[in-house]
Amino acid sequence: MEKTVNQKAWFLILPVLLLVAFSAVIPLMTVVNYSVQDTFGNNQFFWAGLEWFEEMLRSERMWDALGRQLMFSAIILAIQVPLGVFIALNMPKSGFWSSFCLVMMSLPLLIPWNVVGTIWQIFGRVDIGLLGYTLDALGISYNYTQNTFAAWVTIIVMDVWHWTSLVALLAFAGLKSIPDAYYQAAKIDQASRWAIFRYIELPKMMGVLMIAILLRFMDSFMIYTEPFVVTGGGPGNATTLLSIDLVKMALGQFDLGPAAAFSIMYYLVILLISYVFYTVMTNLDKKGG
Amino acid sequence: MEWMAWTTPTAIFFIIIACTLTVFTVLAIKFPEAPRMGILRTETTRGDRLFITLLGSAFINLAWLGVVGANQPYALTVCLAYAVAVFRWV
Repeated sequence: MEKTVNQKAWFLILPVLLLVAFSAVIPLMTVVNYSVQDTFGNNQFFWAGLEWFEEMLRSERMWDALGRQLMFSAIILAIQVPLGVFIALNMPKSGFWSSFCLVMMSLPLLIPWNVVGTIWQIFGRVDIGLLGYTLDALGISYNYTQNTFAAWVTIIVMDVWHWTSLVALLAFAGLKSIPDAYYQAAKIDQASRWAIFRYIELPKMMGVLMIAILLRFMDSFMIYTEPFVVTGGGPGNATTLLSIDLVKMALGQFDLGPAAAFSIMYYLVILLISYVFYTVMTNLDKKGG
Repeated sequence: MEWMAWTTPTAIFFIIIACTLTVFTVLAIKFPEAPRMGILRTETTRGDRLFITLLGSAFINLAWLGVVGANQPYALTVCLAYAVAVFRWV
């Protein structure tokens, strides 16, 4: 059968195009314009060429922040993905307890970022916070405002608490879509628990798991509010992640030119990694479908 | 438009990008895209290859600026070679 081609359908996406132009394309163009100029306020700009890009590429501050950011995202993914899958595998598959688990696990996802930050900031305090006080009483030295390791543990545990449920819920959705026949066939073959996971559950979950990894990567790579509320980027610069550094540069120091060059490079890295994930995901879909 | 702090070079840059996108849209309408398997072992259409070219060119320019740090326009020659390679083999 011949497919009908109707180019008029393009007009239907016009509202979206306008919205994206207004909220993303025009601001991005402005950032590109800022990145090649210098300003001292008053909306007066002076041509600087590629100077800011050069400065940023040679800036230890940016490379350090990028290193910390990559480490943060890698740790987050390494913990949340296996943990989320483990939780999904052990959740009740149906009935009251299944719904109960789903609701309980959705709760952290509904809490706004700044509230999560505040909760953990107080939770970790040695004088009034339950976690900080308990650790202190046990004789464990814990002070996230002075100790780099404690600060990192706090922001990582906080992110795990906030977002592991998302991975678990997506993995659970993937598991639920596997027909019983697969498990029956595995039982007939006397497959081990590991073999069932490796050859049935994991391949069937791969599609949603890739979405979970992509979402968690992008979110953790752009994270700002939670670590900012808890540690403010400290102690020193120990938890100054890319976006915290960027905001400091753009709004704190009002260095619009370098900050614009910085954000363009930040954007390019996110675009590249997201494109790689997207390609892997569509390839998996094609293989699976 | 003054608030957007336009400069002639950035305006030219965006005009070139806009023209490229328009040309590729017209091409896609006149000669519909057919996905093909390239050296990346993944199917790409003409639009995908343009995206890979543009993104890669941005990184080539940054790398040139960071490593060589002079004669930036020469980076565009590398980008052109890269673009030809992408459209031929990816």
